[in-house]
Amino acid sequence: MLWKRKGIDFTNYCYLRWAQDSYRAGYKYASKACFGCPSSPKSKIKVGMNTAATRSERDLIARVLAGETELFHELIRPYERLVYVTIFAILKNETEAEDAAQEVMISAFRNLKSFRGEAKFSTWLVTIAMNEARKRLRKAKVAAEDSLDEPGVEEEGDFTPAVLTDWREIPLAALERKELRAKLQEAVALLPEKYREVFVLRDIEELNQEETAAALGINVTLVKVRLHRARMMLQKMLAPYLNSQLPLPVQGKPARGGFFRRWFQ
Amino acid sequence: MNLECKHVWEHISGYLDKQLDAELLAAIEKHLESCEVCSAILDSTRNILVLTADDRTYELPVGYSDRLHARLKEVMRRS
Repeated sequence: MLWKRKGIDFTNYCYLRWAQDSYRAGYKYASKACFGCPSSPKSKIKVGMNTAATRSERDLIARVLAGETELFHELIRPYERLVYVTIFAILKNETEAEDAAQEVMISAFRNLKSFRGEAKFSTWLVTIAMNEARKRLRKAKVAAEDSLDEPGVEEEGDFTPAVLTDWREIPLAALERKELRAKLQEAVALLPEKYREVFVLRDIEELNQEETAAALGINVTLVKVRLHRARMMLQKMLAPYLNSQLPLPVQGKPARGGFFRRWFQ
Repeated sequence: MNLECKHVWEHISGYLDKQLDAELLAAIEKHLESCEVCSAILDSTRNILVLTADDRTYELPVGYSDRLHARLKEVMRRS
């Protein structure tokens, strides 16, 4: 593994990951151990004690439907971020994304009885969020760019990634760079809609392939193909920014839990 | 199995998601050991994803949660 070669000591990150897990309060990580980390069981217990997710979501839903409507606040709290970020990454407009996120939650409240529990509640919310984002995108006619998309192009894996050699040495420092994060947001917003949707759900929200496929109504193979295309497009778009302005000052604090969410499990 | 760079690029996503079968994985790792270009492309892609997953990349607006719950309360009150 590359991170081993780089000699990163990630034992310190367990707490950070745990903190984020709690912050997300059961969104996805509540039941997940901190893999590869010596204090894994501990963090698992801590998360379990802290999260509202240990109160059965199903139970909460049933009670909301039975008339305890104020419990809806508790039900959605773990997913506030999920819904907002999903929409924001698609629309790239804070005000509109916030308004849309509110509409999604209101819609979820009004339609809660139609949630059958076949999908996960989070996937159900994401589906509503994605539909709301699409609706607004269409309204704004931002989707025009997608008409430039060649049909069938996603079936081919033929592309030329941008070559760079020096940036890879400093991922932690790069995380500290605000302007790089802004560039990333812009690049994501520039992806054609169908690639962006998959990227948002898989790599920002970290839904798994099946959840992503379910939320978008496409099959898993297409999720994989589009995700690959999206990542490669981003690599190409961002490469010029990745190896410029070096060297950077070493950051004082480590990256938050998200840094290790996927790659170092 | 000897791979060309172009073939390695096709599997970068699968590699990062640990979805490659053992034979292909071994071939790609062998290629990566000796190919600086592919290693750099792989690492830069991985770093983009690390950056993507960092919570500071996508931050919530200040007061978002309060406004959301206030609006929900209003909706509930009326319904």
